[in-house]
Formats: sequence, C-alpha cells, structure tokens
Amino acid sequence: MKELLNKYADKMVRHGLAEANTPLLGGRDAFTQWNREDANRKVFEQVFELMDVGSLVFARPAEPYADIIDFLASRHGSSIRPRDCETRTFLHDIPVTESFEPQAVADALFRRKAAVIPGKGVVSFGTVSPEQGFVFYSSVCFACFVLFFSDYLAACDSGGPDPEFQAVFEKVTSRLPVPPSADPKLANGPFADRETALAAMAEAGRAVVDYGLVDSFFGNLSCLIDNTVLISQTGSSLDELEGCIDPCPRDGSSCAGLTASSELSAHEGIYDRTNARCILHGHPKFSVIMSMVCDESEECENASHCHIRCREPRTVGGAPVVPGEVGTGPTGLCNTLPPAMAHSPAAIVHGHGVFAASDADFNKAFRLLLATEKRCHDEYFRRITASQPHIVHTEEY
Amino acid sequence: MKSDLCGWTGSVLHIDLQRGESRTEHPGPDFYATYCGGRAMAGAYLRPHCTRQWDHPQMPVCIFAGPLTGTAAPASGRASLMTRSPLTGTVIDSPLGGRLATQLKQAGWDGIVITGTAETLVGIEIRDQRVSIVDAEPHQGAQTSEVFDSLHELMPPDASVACIGPAGEHRSPMASIMVDRYHPAGRGGLGASLGARNLKYLMVTGSGDVTVYDPEKLAEAGCEIMRLAAASPALMGPNGFARNGTAALLDLTDSRRMMPTDNFSKTHFPAAHALNAPAFNARYHARPHGCEGCPIHCHRMADDARSIPDFVSLSHLTALIGNTDMELTMKAFDLLNRLGLDAVSAAGTLACVREITGRDFDENTLLPALHEMASGKGPGAGSRRYAAEHGEPERSMTSKGLELPAFDPRGAYGTALAVAVSTVGGCDQHAYPASHEILRKPVATDRFTFSGKARIIKTSEDVLAAADSLTACRFIFLAAGLEEYAKAVSAVTGMDMDLKTLQIIGERACFNERTMNALNGFDATHDDLPPRFFTEEGSSGDGIRMSPLNREQFLLARAAYCHIRGLDEKGLPLKEKAHELGMEPMQDGDSA
Repeated sequence: MKELLNKYADKMVRHGLAEANTPLLGGRDAFTQWNREDANRKVFEQVFELMDVGSLVFARPAEPYADIIDFLASRHGSSIRPRDCETRTFLHDIPVTESFEPQAVADALFRRKAAVIPGKGVVSFGTVSPEQGFVFYSSVCFACFVLFFSDYLAACDSGGPDPEFQAVFEKVTSRLPVPPSADPKLANGPFADRETALAAMAEAGRAVVDYGLVDSFFGNLSCLIDNTVLISQTGSSLDELEGCIDPCPRDGSSCAGLTASSELSAHEGIYDRTNARCILHGHPKFSVIMSMVCDESEECENASHCHIRCREPRTVGGAPVVPGEVGTGPTGLCNTLPPAMAHSPAAIVHGHGVFAASDADFNKAFRLLLATEKRCHDEYFRRITASQPHIVHTEEY
Repeated sequence: MKSDLCGWTGSVLHIDLQRGESRTEHPGPDFYATYCGGRAMAGAYLRPHCTRQWDHPQMPVCIFAGPLTGTAAPASGRASLMTRSPLTGTVIDSPLGGRLATQLKQAGWDGIVITGTAETLVGIEIRDQRVSIVDAEPHQGAQTSEVFDSLHELMPPDASVACIGPAGEHRSPMASIMVDRYHPAGRGGLGASLGARNLKYLMVTGSGDVTVYDPEKLAEAGCEIMRLAAASPALMGPNGFARNGTAALLDLTDSRRMMPTDNFSKTHFPAAHALNAPAFNARYHARPHGCEGCPIHCHRMADDARSIPDFVSLSHLTALIGNTDMELTMKAFDLLNRLGLDAVSAAGTLACVREITGRDFDENTLLPALHEMASGKGPGAGSRRYAAEHGEPERSMTSKGLELPAFDPRGAYGTALAVAVSTVGGCDQHAYPASHEILRKPVATDRFTFSGKARIIKTSEDVLAAADSLTACRFIFLAAGLEEYAKAVSAVTGMDMDLKTLQIIGERACFNERTMNALNGFDATHDDLPPRFFTEEGSSGDGIRMSPLNREQFLLARAAYCHIRGLDEKGLPLKEKAHELGMEPMQDGDSA
C-alpha cells in the first residue's frame, strides 16, 4: 500500500500537478497508511471514518492549476461543470465546498469522485486503488484548465473579460510550461515483429506523456501488425505500457481485447479505411479547447449538443473536428472519426482530443499530434489578440 | 390500496401454499427507506426464520424487485430471490433475470414471500392483484422447456414464468430455477426450495405502470449511466459482453493462465482458444438476448434456440471436465437448463468425480450423468458429499459446499478472498473482484497480492448488495457506480439517496446475511478454500508464475476482512456494528 501511495504522490509531482512534498495520500486496508506526515491528516482521517473508501488523495495543485481552480470555484458556485467530453463522461461535475470540515468534505465526495476546496486544494478518493484518486485529481486539473481557457475566450468574444478574470488569465499564462522544442526520436518502422512493435508503442506512450500531450491515464495508441491490432489497455498509463497492450486479431477469432482501450472500435475503423499502421491519441489541451470553439453556436439547432450532433464540417489547426462520445454506441466517436481520418491523417474529436495516424511508425504520428496542438495553441492566442488588440500575448510554441 | 410511494408499489404479497391463501402487506415508508428492495428487503423477511431447515414449511422463499425495476433506469429489470440453501445450509441469494421483476412491479407488487408446502404439485399465477394457486400435476416430471412451451399458449405475451425441472422436483441440492426459458437462477439449489414446496412454477403478468417522481431527472441519470456503459470495453466494446456474451471472458482467463482445468489441478487448457466465444458464436450463429430493460444483452442464443453457455458454464463444461467437444458442450448446457440443474455445480461435481474415478466424460457418459444427478442419485448431492463419501474430501473444489467459479484463485488473490468469505459459499459474484483484477475497472489492481484486498472486497460487497437492492444488474457496475445510480433512485423515489445512503443499505444487507449464517453455525473457519490452492502450483507459463497461495497471507487478509466487516476474530457479527447499522444484533447463545 505504502508503495502505491508513494508512486502516485511522485506522479502528481512529476506531471506538474502538485509541488514536491505536498500531495497527501492515504490508503486503508484493515488500518490506514499515509505517504507522509501532514497537518491536514487529522481532517482526512475523519473523512476516512465518514466514508467507506480505500484511499484519499489531496493536494494544493501546482500553478497554474491552483489559480485556475480557485478562480473557477469563485465563479461557478457549488459545482464546476466541465465541458470537455471525457471528463464530463466520468466526473459529470465537480462539487465545490468552501468548508474544510471533515463532514463537508465527505458530503462533497458522497456526491462525486473529486471535489474542490477553494484556497486549499483538490480532494478525491478511490475504492480499489490510490490510482483512482490520482486519476480523478488529474482530471479535475485538466477539466478546469480547459474550462478556464474556454471561458476566457468566450469572454473575449462577448465584450471582454472583467478585470479580475483578465488579471488571473495573465498570471496563469505567464506560468504555462515551456513547450518542448523538438520532436522525440522514436523507433523507425515498419516494425519487423510483434516484440519490436510493442517496444515502439511503450516508447511512444512515454513520449506522449513527457511532452504533456495527455493527462492521467487518458489517451491510447495502437499498431497494426500481422493483421492484429496491438492496442493499449483500458485505463493504462501511457508511460507504463509494458505488459499493458492487448493483441486484437482482426479476424475476430479472440476476445483477448476485452480489456483493450475503449477506443478500439475507432482504431479498427481507421485501419479499415486507411493504410495507417500506427495511431496515437492524446488530449493536448489547446486542441481540446479549440475544438469546442464555434462561431455559429448561437444560431445552430444543435448548439447544446454539438459534441454529439454537430454536422458542420469544421477544421481547427488543420485537422477536421468531428463529434462523438467515448467508446461505442450510436453517438460514439467510432462512427465519426474513421470517415474523417480517411481524408486526413489527423483529426480532433470535439472536446476530447487528437487522433493522429501514420503509415510507418510513431514518429510521423507524433509530429502530427504535436503540430496540431501547436497550431491550436497559436490560433487560440491569435483569436484573443484579435478580439482584444490592446493586450499583447507572447505565448508561442 | 393506492400507494403514495414513487418507485415502489407499497405492497408485498404473502402466499401460504399450505393453506392455499394469500394476503397483502403494506410496509411503511421507513421500511422502504431502510431496505430499499431486492436483496436487502428479501433478507429482512428471511431473518426471523433463518434458522429453520431449508425445507421447513415456514422457511420463506423471498422474491423482491427494487424501486428501479419497471422504470427507464438502465439494466434494472432484475429481482433477488433469497432463502436458505439446500446445498450449503447458508443463506442463498440469486438475481432473477428475464421479465419476472418487471412484471411483478407492473402487477403491483414489490415482492413475494412464499411459505408452506402444497399437498400436490401447484403453480402460482399472479395477474395484477389476482393471485391463484393452480393445479400443476399435469406438469409433473416435465422439463423446464416443456413447462414454458405449455404455459406459453395460455398466458399473455408479456407474462413471465419461473419454473423448476425434474431436478427441483427431486429436490436435488443443485437444482436451479429457470426464468423465461433462458435465465437461470442457478446457485445453491434454489430449485429444490421450490420443489420442497411442491411449487412447479410462478407466472406473473401485470398491466400497471411504476410511478416515477421525476422522469426528467431519471432520463438525465440514465444518459450518464449509458454514456459510461458505452465507454466500457467489457460491456460495449468490440470484444465485450454485448457483442460476444459473457463467454468473452474465456480468452482472458486463458491468456492470464487462470482457467480452472481438470478440477483445478491445472490452470491452463490448451484447447481453450478453439472453444472461445467467437468460435461458439460463429458455429451456432449466435444472436443476443437479455433481461427486460437491459442495454447489454449478455446472453447468447443459437439459431436453433438453444442457449449458448455463459462464461462460467462454458469454462466448467470444457476445461474443468476435460471436454473439447463443442456440440457436446451445447447439448450438456441445454440439458442442464431443461433439467433445471445448476451448470456450475454440476460441472464442478463431475470434475470431482472424474478426478476421483479417473474416468473421462464423453458423448456416451456426460448426458446420462446429468440425468442421474437431476434425479438426486449418484453425485447429485454435490461434490462435497461425493468426495467425502469416497474418502477424498480434499477433491471437492468448494467453499462452504458450493462449487467454485471459473477464475482460479491462484491467479487473482482478491477473487480468492472474495470466494472464501462469500456468504453463499464458493461464489465471486458478491464482490466480483475480476472487475479490477482482470477487467481493469475502475482501475487495475495487482492480481497477485492480498494487499488492500480485504477492504476492497468488503466495499465491493456492499456496493453490489446495494445494486441487488435497487435492483440493478451487477454487470452495469463495470461501467457505472452507486454515484450514478443514487441519482437514478432519487429521481424515481423522490427521496434524497446519495452514495452513503446506498452504501449503508448494501452494508446492512451483507451484515444481515453474515448474521443469518452465524446463527446457523458458520464462522471464519468456514471462510476458506480447498487445500489444493495452498499447496499446489497452477500451470505456470507465458512469463506468468502461478504459485500456490500463501496460507499465512490469506489468513491475514481474512482476519483483516473480518475486522473491516465488523466481525470478531471468530468471524461472528459484533453487536456494536449491528447497532451502528440499526439492526437487531445476534444474541449470545443464538447460534444454531
């Protein structure tokens, strides 16, 4: 247990989600263990008593997340409603509790998987592993980042943000991490055998995480070899893919892909329609933000359902944007993404993330993913500059 | 009486087969808020009678739907049946699929409590508020398929039927109940419980609707649940249950080298890849079938209308007994359903017979063996009795006398613990640790450690007991959670029910079942596994070491479970915990 607590505390720091020595993680079997001493432990020991859960994760998010979350909490009342697709699917909304009393914290967690305590931090829980709490904590950071920048752009487009919003935005943008300047050098394809392909996938997965193109465990990747789709397992961390890749034969002779990524259908659809051999899927933030920007939303009959119903052909950062939800089903992205990628090696799913394909190896797919995010980032700042020419933004990739 | 409740009908039907009478009870709102429905409510009705013998006329057979049954809440068309097990002597509960629960609610009943023994074979027919006990002598000895065929001509198209076959009439402790032809309530000998009451079938048809407090909020909750279901590879993915049936799991137990083979003496079956779900589905042109209101449809039917075996039945009718013949597997499963015999316990018992006698089963011997078991003869009393009678009790792969499921405990330690501590015996369904140990949901856990598993098992038991009380299918909890279902049940009932409320309802149900077992003499020493798992290595290979379970670590995990569950070191319910849950504690000297 202690090993798991330390592992996810370290990950929070390594992913820029919390400052060193600040995450507090507790895990319970017969008795409670903590990753470290902390004055807040008393509060969370009582939360444990109030809730029948296996683990708790708490930290004050690192900047710029802390400022973003506190600002959103001040503007969104008792709950923050994320608009990005995947976070909305799994978190629904994020309760805000002003009180740091154990009962108030527990009450918030009885409602949802994670909660915001303004000025204090983000708390989440797990029933089977501290990993759940880590994922929910990370998702809150991601969802709030996307919501904050989306709200700011919307404010710019409708008369301009108020001074407080403007001040927080400038503070936040000044703290955005410097993006990587060069592409990674990944294994060259085509891959001779399955073992080589598996190693290349693990390498590419680590690069996607290192470059900040995916949060927590979201995102996936696959490789087609010998008429079998090798794909990352559902809920696998892209930086820990060794042993977490499922072989899914395309002749349907096995259900070994039962634990495969929920986007297996979409990957299979892309392989069906293209000569792709590798697919990368990440959640780069500005691609997600820009995919939800639509100038016609007010007049559109599908305005409140654009993530599943949008029929307007759109491109952002040079990539087509398609509607679609996670997984299968009538509104699943498995229905919309493959047709789009038949004509474009990269596509963005509305409010979700970027899929990039390559006919050889992960180098090209990675470059596409990174380039799409760069163009979306630049387009974001071009738009706010255009709407507020008196403000100079210098954020550039 | 018109109920003011939403979601519930406010009426429980009591049927006394001995007197041929029925009466209606209207429990108060507090009772509904405390027990919700399904499994928790059935347990409340069973508790006062739990120390009676399983075939005592006053031992009730309790069937309860839940507040979500009959509403638009996804995957909520189930009921729970509970009584004392003819096979194990423990409390036994089973979900009832098909249309039964929905029809029950539409007929105006939250549940049925059946007591008494009819003088001759009878059927119960419920048409809304009209309850009839009818002569079923013409069905004596009939297989379940014959009962369904016969009643089908006489009843409304939407009516639901639960019936027993010859095994139940012969009171085989492995007898099952079949619901709407394709849905077995298999484990623990429930069919014998009906047989002991001379009850051949139960038919229910209803014409009413279930009142929903806030349909709009329910629709919103339903969308959230369905969005999660669509995102679940296990449920809706291209390899998932919706496309392949639960037998899709076979390829995972194969690749993880944890497929129980040759009576659990091995964990790898070389022929598995040729006997998997895609192979059966292709050969028999499978089509999906499911319970009322279910978006998953995890059953598979062949083009000749036979059922294709579910995961556990398929694994045990092949690997466990050394059978590689697909058609023989189909014939055996079909016969088991027609005889009304639990496929899991029957196959587990045959595997035990095979190991002790050294004789294989083939097309000439397998089906006759099933007929013999259904007649209550030969090994028909289950593997524990058979192995004991042959002086080799350690060959019975059971816990508390119930044959084990199709995950080898050496390949998943949470499953090992869950099976051992289950109140019904060798069953993983009360905690379903395969969810995280195999299917990676909600996240993956290390399957080769006991660390953290005691609390996970306890918490999962509470969650799934709450699901059984709502009632919602346990499989949907591979995607959604109580958080989403709390919103649904609040919308249906108008009561503010959050995660905590449902957790306590689930915990109360589990603690009550534990208490009933304790009253019948069960304690922690019964929460155990056969010695084979602690002494013999499984079939290691493919880089996977299948070591024997470490006995010391297992006992520590079991002790941790008892502590977390609110039991003393002997595994007996603590009074303090009973009081905390607002339940009547077990009194000193109560144990049977």
